[in-house]
Amino acid sequence: MLAKRIIPCLDVRDGKVVKGINFVGIKEVGDPVECAAEYDRQGADEIVFLDITASHEHRGTMLDVVSKTAKKVFVPLTVGGGIRTIDDFRDTLRAGADKVSVNSAAVKNPQLIKEAADIFGRQCVVVAIDAKKCPDGHYTVVINGGRIDMGIDAVEWAKKAEELGAGEILLTSMDTDGVKGGFDLDMLNAVCDVVNIPVIASGGCGKLEHFTEVFEKTNSAAALAASLFHYKELTVGQVKEEMQRHNVPVRMPYKGE
Amino acid sequence: MIAIIDYGAGNIFSVKNALDYLGVKAELTKDKSDIINADGIILPGVGAFPWAMNKLNESGLVDVIKEQAPQKPFLGICLGMQLLFGKGYEFEETDGLGLIDGEVKLMETGNLPLPHIGWNKLEINHDCEFLHGVGETYVYFVHSYAAECGSDSVSAYTDYGGKRTALVNRGTIYGAQFHPEKSGAAGLRMLRNFADMVNKG
Repeated sequence: MLAKRIIPCLDVRDGKVVKGINFVGIKEVGDPVECAAEYDRQGADEIVFLDITASHEHRGTMLDVVSKTAKKVFVPLTVGGGIRTIDDFRDTLRAGADKVSVNSAAVKNPQLIKEAADIFGRQCVVVAIDAKKCPDGHYTVVINGGRIDMGIDAVEWAKKAEELGAGEILLTSMDTDGVKGGFDLDMLNAVCDVVNIPVIASGGCGKLEHFTEVFEKTNSAAALAASLFHYKELTVGQVKEEMQRHNVPVRMPYKGE
Repeated sequence: MIAIIDYGAGNIFSVKNALDYLGVKAELTKDKSDIINADGIILPGVGAFPWAMNKLNESGLVDVIKEQAPQKPFLGICLGMQLLFGKGYEFEETDGLGLIDGEVKLMETGNLPLPHIGWNKLEINHDCEFLHGVGETYVYFVHSYAAECGSDSVSAYTDYGGKRTALVNRGTIYGAQFHPEKSGAAGLRMLRNFADMVNKG
């Protein structure tokens, strides 16, 4: 049985780690390569870099961060933010990423998912979906950091992404992100119910119990968190010990003989 | 020196990065004499079975691999492990290197998604030097096809909708379906174990 994954996310701007609260009021906290290596030591199952400036002028900076990280970190590395074309996929994978996550560009051009999956394999195509709840109870896809409502049903979009070749869905709730009141269990269940690929829960965890809760109450394969780990409120190790206490299948960090 | 066979398959840099990190001398090569002179050989690989065998045939490396693998520590990783077997059935029936008896077939996993991606637990069948000091740890898998072979060749299985071959060993030949270079500290320990076997000669 697969272990449930804990994934620290590093929001990177111009080669430095930052973490926003509800995507505004961004603060800097450090060197992404060092942060990633520290998370690896703590037992992170995967590391996500999200390039949040993502203007094309800065792509080189991010690729440099990826290649330096790949020399020091030996767990899977996922890189997203500003991925628009097959060439972006190729450059990012060549720099040392294991998976590439695509968000807005896939909403605007869904065929990008299919093309990337055909060329690089679906295992490295992660479709990131940012969504929020509408007054009628549906979930709608938003892009550009939550600024633009695309008027697309998030659950339908997740299903379509899987059909096109997505290997995983990274689902962030704009309603719970940064609030620290727990993951958006309803939104996660709505998506987990319709896809047969791993769903990564993102947005909202604020304490230890939120991790066990998301694995006990949804079929999420992984939980992603940024600020919680950044500001050292919790370590990956503490989260995993708690999961183990609750009999959630988890990979405990290898300590040697 | 370890020769990492570079036959155009992706993901070979992560193996090299891990060995560099461990301070183990390794070189990416497709040169026959490098492979013959190496103290150990790694055959990495991500991609499809027929494509990879075709690449090895084109580079004229099939015979040298068959000849050298039984003589010195040899490690196949992921697709590189699958190529060790007699036949593969990805897209079409293809002859493999035939170094270990068995066939590589699409996994039947019922409701579980393919590819099998993620951290799964090793279940030791026959302990071997590659796993020294590691035990039944979690390792990172990415694959849809798996080797079906006799239990005597299998060092470890993993469970994904059934028992799946995770690590094989025959004499000096090892094959890991998982990615030790992506399996954190436990995976690095396995690569260190392999390098130790290479150093012992």
